[in-house]
Amino acid sequence: MTENIIEVRDLVKHYPVTRGIVFKKTIGHVKAVDGVSFDLKAGETLGVVGESGCGKSTLARVLMNLEKPTAGQVLYKGQDISKLSGGALRRLRRQIQLVMQDPYTSLNPRMTVGDLIGEPFEIHPEVAPKGSRRGKVKELLDLVGLNPEHINRYPHQFSGGQRQRIGIARALALRPEVIVCDEPVSALDVSIQAQVMNLLEQLQSEFGLSYVFIAHDLSVVRHLSDRVAVMYLGKMVEVGTEDEIYERPTHPYTQALLSAVPVPDPTLRESKAIIRLQGDVPSPISPPSGCRFRTRCWKAQDLCAQEVPLLQIRPGSDHPSACHFAEKREIVATHPAA
Amino acid sequence: MSEQSAPGADGSGRPSGRLLEVDDLRVEFRTRDGVAKVINGVTYHVDAGETLAVLGESGSGKSVTAQTIMGILDTPPGFVTGGQVRFHGKDMLKMSAEQRRRIRGEGIAMIFQDSLSALNPVFTVGFQIAEQFRIRRGLSRADAKKRAIEMLDQVKIPNAKGRFSNYPHQFSGGMRQRAMIAMSLALDPEVLIADEPTTALDVTVQAQIMDLLGELQRERQMGMILITHDLGVVADVADRIAVMYAGRIVEEADVYDLYGKPAHPYTLGLLNSIPRMDEKGQELRTIKGLPPNLMNIPSGCAFNPRCPMAQPVCREKVPPLLQLGSGRASACHFAEELVNRD
Ligand SMILES: Nc1ncnc2c1ncn2[C@@H]1O[C@H](COP(=O)(O)OP(=O)(O)OP(=O)(O)O)[C@@H](O)[C@H]1O
Ligand SMILES: Nc1ncnc2c1ncn2[C@@H]1O[C@H](COP(=O)(O)OP(=O)(O)OP(=O)(O)O)[C@@H](O)[C@H]1O
Ligand code: SF4
Ligand code: SF4
Ligand SMILES: [Mg+2]
Ligand SMILES: [Mg+2]
Repeated sequence: MTENIIEVRDLVKHYPVTRGIVFKKTIGHVKAVDGVSFDLKAGETLGVVGESGCGKSTLARVLMNLEKPTAGQVLYKGQDISKLSGGALRRLRRQIQLVMQDPYTSLNPRMTVGDLIGEPFEIHPEVAPKGSRRGKVKELLDLVGLNPEHINRYPHQFSGGQRQRIGIARALALRPEVIVCDEPVSALDVSIQAQVMNLLEQLQSEFGLSYVFIAHDLSVVRHLSDRVAVMYLGKMVEVGTEDEIYERPTHPYTQALLSAVPVPDPTLRESKAIIRLQGDVPSPISPPSGCRFRTRCWKAQDLCAQEVPLLQIRPGSDHPSACHFAEKREIVATHPAA
Repeated sequence: MSEQSAPGADGSGRPSGRLLEVDDLRVEFRTRDGVAKVINGVTYHVDAGETLAVLGESGSGKSVTAQTIMGILDTPPGFVTGGQVRFHGKDMLKMSAEQRRRIRGEGIAMIFQDSLSALNPVFTVGFQIAEQFRIRRGLSRADAKKRAIEMLDQVKIPNAKGRFSNYPHQFSGGMRQRAMIAMSLALDPEVLIADEPTTALDVTVQAQIMDLLGELQRERQMGMILITHDLGVVADVADRIAVMYAGRIVEEADVYDLYGKPAHPYTLGLLNSIPRMDEKGQELRTIKGLPPNLMNIPSGCAFNPRCPMAQPVCREKVPPLLQLGSGRASACHFAEELVNRD
């Protein structure tokens, strides 16, 4: 069995909602992540999908130890990351890196590309002694398909796709084991998106990286992921291998999500049956009781309002799903005419 | 520049249904850094009841073409330097400001990508829709409100009456986009331009909105120009597609022909770049290189530095947009070879 590099256990992250300026009064909590558990194995890519506001970026920030969880744990090689300090924390910061969504705002516009990619070496000088840094940066530029001669340029002199490569080079600088990618290609055009996706795959096989790959585009996630976790309103509703999620989804939300993905093939227009969801996603401040999806679910019963469905394997299915009535359903979107 | 033939404008179409024609349109932006030739001879048309999708990468000129049609081009720095935009056969670029204003909303209306900035935050959503009925149709306050509530109801805003006095920020993204649709359809336009109407939305909401647009279009027999870079959405809803690259239409075809047998290397490259749900694990075939700098467009075919089929002639001669028969056209010197290969 491959070892788990990251284990997430009952992770909760709530943000207080306050009113008043001088005397702040907490009037509620945004339940951004509300009880999430999963494992990331060495060398694998775990895709995380879900609609806007379901807690994907919050999960990324807690995984990166940029924010403390309200409850639960993130274990890196068995150690609780929120309890690390000193040298252990610094080592952790080397091993897990983040690539962010927006290539236009995530890079400091006043720093040259060389400074941006070399910055991690300032904090971790043991990785690259001073004299070797420019050379290392040039190697990294070359690795991500940028011209090493452009080391003195500024971010605005690059296109969106090139900026995303700069972000990736920066994340690679410290030779991490895990890279959390928060929507790394969402802002890019398809042709450029494909270049960046190929780069991510190539780097993974070269360095044995593990990825947590967050996106809302289900076809992008499928292309890159070994396993996929589907989130809805702060909870994970279904987890499985890429095949289990895309070919045999059992949670109504996953099924609806998959059915709504536009397929780039006009001949499938007639045969596609899109599951139409009613209404909007409820507020994460006061999520529905029981199953959070029940306000939009066509299968909801009384039980769904009373009992929270656990994320577990149920009879007739081969992977965990958080639905009392989980059952297989073929989604045409994933079966284009051969 | 070489002569261009206007696809569909050759008398073969349905003249009675032809609503809008863009003909060899040229637009440039004169900025401090230089002149960007953003639109370099765009030709397309839309008929009653049909959906034309305009597809192309960021910066290819999709929105600037739409802004020129609507008469809301940012001038300066943007200037029309050639071509026509005909509505019912009359060139709107030669009309008075007053004539154009009258076409806007009733003749041609537009839905913008970013509904939050397109709706005025200081007025309620209902008021913004009702105002159009008061100003353009001379309805009383009470009647205008009634019509506005009907519109909100038509675009399936739950509890439209109660929602009438909400401000834009009180609506979710999907509801705001629906309110934008209600506003642009209020005066029953003949042509609707939808510029990336669902790009900011989640897929399940996107599906709802595209459904709604299709339904309203059929009911009203509107001509629709759908601007997008999403090849999935296009495959679902378009009748015809015009593909833009560096401010030109490089291919125009029926939706089935375009996906089945693209006649331009750029279109082929785009289709190959999409990660498909059914082709997992294979390396994606990308289009190499970057989109062109519009201040310095490559000579000959603008796509030549990135094109896997490029030949010396491609650097010398601009390929005209030529008919290939059966209503399709391509601006590639080797279009015939491309469609005839198997
Ligand atoms: N610092 C914060 N304070 C208060 N609420 C927050 C904070 N950060 C996030 N939230 C809320 O938590 C919820 C989850 O947000 P998050 O950014 O994790 O979603 P997401 O899944 O990444 O969405 P998207 O796809 O739009 O990026 C949202 O309702 C958001 O408004
Ligand atoms: N007001 C302006 N001033 C200067 N240049 C402009 C202006 N508006 C647009 N442009 C330029 O015109 C070109 C075409 O822009 P346009 O907005 O039409 O692209 P688009 O195809 O709609 O792209 P996207 O998919 O990103 O919306 C771009 O290079 C853009 O930078
Ligand atoms: S538990 Fe009930 S409401 Fe929730 S997804 Fe399953 S059937 Fe629907
Ligand atoms: S004209 Fe030449 S460069 Fe342009 S698309 Fe055709 S083959 Fe490629
Ligand atoms: Mg996010
Ligand atoms: Mg645009």
